[in-house]
Amino acid sequence: MRVSNHPILGRDRERAPVTIYFDGNPIPAREGEVIAAALTAAGIRVFRTTPRQSRPRGLYCAIGQCTDCAMTVDGVASVRTCVTPVRPGMRIESGRDQGDQP
Amino acid sequence: MNRVDVLIIGAGPAGLSAALETSGHGLDTVVADAGLAPGGQLVKQIHKFFGSSRHRAGTRGIDIARELSAEVRDRGGRIWSDSPVYALLGNREAALARGLTATGNRACPMELAARAVIIATGAAENQVAVPGWTLPGVIGAGAAQTMLHVHRVRPGRKVLMVGAGNVGLIVTYQLLQADVEVAAVIDVMPRIGGYHVHAAKIARLGVPILTAHTLCVARGTDEVTGAVVAPVDAAGRPVREREFVVDVDTICIATGMRPDARLAWMAGCRGTFASELGGFVPLHGPDMETSIPGVFVAGDLAGVEEASIAMDEGRLAGISAALSLGAVDRKRGLELQDELGASLSALRTGSSVSPKAGRDRPFNSAAPGPRTGEADPAENDRLICRCEEITLSEVLAAIRQGARTVTGVKRRTRAGMGLCQGRSCEQLIAGIIARELETPRSEILPATGRPPAVPIPFGVLAREGRK
Repeated sequence: MRVSNHPILGRDRERAPVTIYFDGNPIPAREGEVIAAALTAAGIRVFRTTPRQSRPRGLYCAIGQCTDCAMTVDGVASVRTCVTPVRPGMRIESGRDQGDQP
Repeated sequence: MNRVDVLIIGAGPAGLSAALETSGHGLDTVVADAGLAPGGQLVKQIHKFFGSSRHRAGTRGIDIARELSAEVRDRGGRIWSDSPVYALLGNREAALARGLTATGNRACPMELAARAVIIATGAAENQVAVPGWTLPGVIGAGAAQTMLHVHRVRPGRKVLMVGAGNVGLIVTYQLLQADVEVAAVIDVMPRIGGYHVHAAKIARLGVPILTAHTLCVARGTDEVTGAVVAPVDAAGRPVREREFVVDVDTICIATGMRPDARLAWMAGCRGTFASELGGFVPLHGPDMETSIPGVFVAGDLAGVEEASIAMDEGRLAGISAALSLGAVDRKRGLELQDELGASLSALRTGSSVSPKAGRDRPFNSAAPGPRTGEADPAENDRLICRCEEITLSEVLAAIRQGARTVTGVKRRTRAGMGLCQGRSCEQLIAGIIARELETPRSEILPATGRPPAVPIPFGVLAREGRK
């Protein structure tokens, strides 16, 4: 799902590989990119399920406005993954097994 | 309490242009922006701008963002990225969280008192609340651009674009450039709203543009697997007997934008409704000053138009702020205001259609679902408030119980009380109230704006006033 070469933007610049963990599963990411980009590039579209109706949610606005992408990151709840850069070893929890708030 | 001469909220083309003027006239200027890098919408614009050289014709949006930021810094202006302003008061005091995401949501809050404030927070995308609209795979057209141009990731494999205004047409072209398939572009209006040059480009690439068609359902279980589309009748209603399914995994919504005026309302600015500008707009004079002395607006916040206008309005607001603080010679300041006023008039008469607001679109087409009494119960199960999962049925029940305002619906249902604080649902609820009560949309006022304007952990607020 990554655009490695773009007719206007050219080649994607070199970014160091980084591993983050989504519900315990290792996900390959690139240094400095936002969490939601790494998840989308890895083919993950369902980020979490909602507390009331257990419905799937993922990206919607992608600029930190709608909060659909928010999950618990390194223990802090309600972190908007579309505007938060990854860090090596970062832990992202969807909370879907616990019926948690995002 | 930290003090600055000028606080500019938003580092898009309007905010950065305002900073050029204020810092250029020697005023201590801070541009506080929520984005991780300055430029606002410019950071995802890869096409070349047209217009005059002053409006950076021939330069790509992403490069304009870099150039403007560098110029602001050269003149001594400070740009604070990843630093959303979450509160703005009518006395020109503001609170912001410096380095919010970089600190893992543990940012230090900062209070700032400014002699002049320029709010340049831009516009927000409109919503289309059909059954299934919360499924992964339904995204804004802006989201598609952000994913492609900022993050270099394809949002999906095959897209239905909803909206044939300039945003829908341009983003369609950009999806194709990035090897994403676009099954079709649809628009509820009988004519394409965007410029012919953009429509012709994608038509030549084989993308059908279906006018007088609407999205009825986003299909799928865990994510989008298809879109149910139907032609509309003369009244703009879907003719469900003629519906068909488009096989896509992504649905992009490009149905216009509205000013993002939360901070203006929070500060107590008066507003006015103008559908051709996108909705409720902070009331402002030709010098860009609002109803609060010393508080100015610029860019899409002052009316959804386009980047060249945003840049000129930004400069105009900057000059007006500088004049109000005595930082520029009065005669020179008035001359500059006149020049920019003339430039803005020229830009506006150049095109009769506001490209992003969807000027000809009847405003109430934003109200989702059929009227009470006509509904199939499944239609009313659709969500209106995404964050709190409040359905259309619950919103209609609140109105039947006496809710006449967005705040009234909010109090009865919790709609608008979730993490996004009504960003996605407030506009929909207002449209539903207007339709149910048969009241003009202009009479359904925005909800009361209260801090924080972005989700801020309690820990950040607890540190307020301490280092």
